[in-house]
Amino acid sequence: MAEIFTIALIYSTIRLSTPLILAALGGLFSERSGVINIALEGMMLAGAFTAAAVTYATGSPYVGLVAGMMAGMLIAAIHAVACIRYQADQVVTGTAINILMLGMPAFLSGAFFLSSGSTPQIPKEHLIPWIPIVIAFLMVPLSWYVLYKTPFGLRLRSVGENPEAADAAGVHVARMRYAGVLLSGVLAGIGGAYLSIGQSSLFTRNMTSGRGFIALAALIFGKWRPVQTVLACLLFGFTEAVSIQMQGVVKLPSGDDIPVQFIQMVPYVLTIVVLAGFIGSSRPPRALGIPYQKER
Amino acid sequence: MKLLRELLFPLIAVVAAFIVGGILILIIGDNPIETYRLLFGSALSWPVGIGYTLFYATPLIFTGLAVMVAFRCGLLNIGAEGQLYVAAFATAWVGITFANLSPWLLIPMCFVAAVLGGGVWGAIPGILKARFGSHEVINTIMLNFLAVALVSYFIQYHYKAPGDPIMQSVAIGWGAHIARLGKFIPGLPQFIPLNLAFILALVCAGLVYIFLWRTKWGYELRATGTNPSAAEYGGISVRKQIIIAMTISGALAGMVGINEVLGHRYRYYDGFSDNYGFTGIAVALLGRNHPVGVIISALLFAVLQRGGIPVDAFTQHVTKDIVQVLQGTIILFVAAEAFFRGPFARWGLMKRSKV
Repeated sequence: MAEIFTIALIYSTIRLSTPLILAALGGLFSERSGVINIALEGMMLAGAFTAAAVTYATGSPYVGLVAGMMAGMLIAAIHAVACIRYQADQVVTGTAINILMLGMPAFLSGAFFLSSGSTPQIPKEHLIPWIPIVIAFLMVPLSWYVLYKTPFGLRLRSVGENPEAADAAGVHVARMRYAGVLLSGVLAGIGGAYLSIGQSSLFTRNMTSGRGFIALAALIFGKWRPVQTVLACLLFGFTEAVSIQMQGVVKLPSGDDIPVQFIQMVPYVLTIVVLAGFIGSSRPPRALGIPYQKER
Repeated sequence: MKLLRELLFPLIAVVAAFIVGGILILIIGDNPIETYRLLFGSALSWPVGIGYTLFYATPLIFTGLAVMVAFRCGLLNIGAEGQLYVAAFATAWVGITFANLSPWLLIPMCFVAAVLGGGVWGAIPGILKARFGSHEVINTIMLNFLAVALVSYFIQYHYKAPGDPIMQSVAIGWGAHIARLGKFIPGLPQFIPLNLAFILALVCAGLVYIFLWRTKWGYELRATGTNPSAAEYGGISVRKQIIIAMTISGALAGMVGINEVLGHRYRYYDGFSDNYGFTGIAVALLGRNHPVGVIISALLFAVLQRGGIPVDAFTQHVTKDIVQVLQGTIILFVAAEAFFRGPFARWGLMKRSKV
């Protein structure tokens, strides 16, 4: 057992948690403003693809990172306009974006790079393995501060809890929600960019493989609060790190491998259990998912 | 007027999505009209194109109906994907374990396995919602991942042929195979996997219609969806309706397993679903949550899927990924219907109705 709990495991936990933390904090801003965001997955894919493509084209990962952020924000803008301006069902819109972003990067890379679904390899010196990690961990106190200690955060939370009252108090409900959703796109975009130009060195088809949903799970597991959410991300990153390290190392008493699938299941089971109220209650923002229509 | 509106907005959404797709195709340097002609031409050619299109439509009718039944009860089942994986595995398990039984016994048993597998996996989020009030959307997402992991464990450790590099189970017994439609329809080659499950899907669409609009139980389910507090006041147990709707929904999604395991690959193949569960949401929405609409939109999505293959091969830049781009855009436009309603109201063509 001892050989897997090493410095390498800690490092690997941090690496694997980084995209989750970024996306989950993004989801936090969106959902605390009252807009359900299951499109995190699609926003991450947009960020990952754009960052890799732009880094490859310009040779600068910094330009790539900014482009990834912008791409995430652009997708978030679609989600925001559909949900806020046109009052579309937020879950359905999110699903549409996820399907769209499964196809779009592959469609574009097929056209620009003549490959089916992946970008060309980026040289090692053009990768940024540390910057997104630093951003992610800086975002933790920053998100907490913004959400709880600034007027912006107070307004954001108020439109997610009670938009009528916020509106009566003079808060522009739609504007706050746009801000929340766009912020989620920026952060999820960075999270995606980290996958393609930080952890890996190219974009591959569906490379997020469900991380947007795990981030969402962490958000719920963390009861829509920044610090708890980040702890949940670290926990989920840790289970993934353990499952990678354990492969072929740790055996059951019978001599068989421990099936990796069971470790993969941990975040999902925990989320269901928490949501059912077995470990304290996890209460979503009160106006989550309800479009706000100003009374005339 | 009502029928017109029911037809008009889905149609506009589809046309708008094709225009957006066309612009994208133009940007990357291909001819949109040529691309769309390839897409529809091949998917609608007799017999191979149409045969495959109907084959692709089969799972989408099932998942579309599944999402629709839940929708009518006010629930969003985005867990059809997980439900159909569990069901397909259950079907294959019965087909493998009782491989030597006679078809008269084995096929019904496999059907029951598919329905039960999907039904149970669908009932879980229903019970969780009814009992603990936890949101079905999150739970079905989680159950999707759980289903994939669980089934992949069983295949990898217990039901794979030793040494097989592919993640698939051993073959099911001969007695569990259901007939391909090529056997009955002259001119339809038998290599096309279109099978009896397609007929079953159409029958299910009819049954869903009768259930929802011609029985007391269906009425109660719809009443719950329209106004849960009024339904509760009228003596309907909302909690019970939620569980019933999710179970039926899961069972319908589970029947994809019949098409896949008994009619197509004759084994469980890991990752066989091409997003059927998620496309089912699009099918139900575009089909206005009506069985006839579901069949029509399932056919449309199947055309896209089949037509994507020649597009991939015969255009310069466009890949089959255009299909997912079109699908996503269609759902987006259907969801944000108010986007079109505004101009229509302005032109006085349509009264603005409450969304």
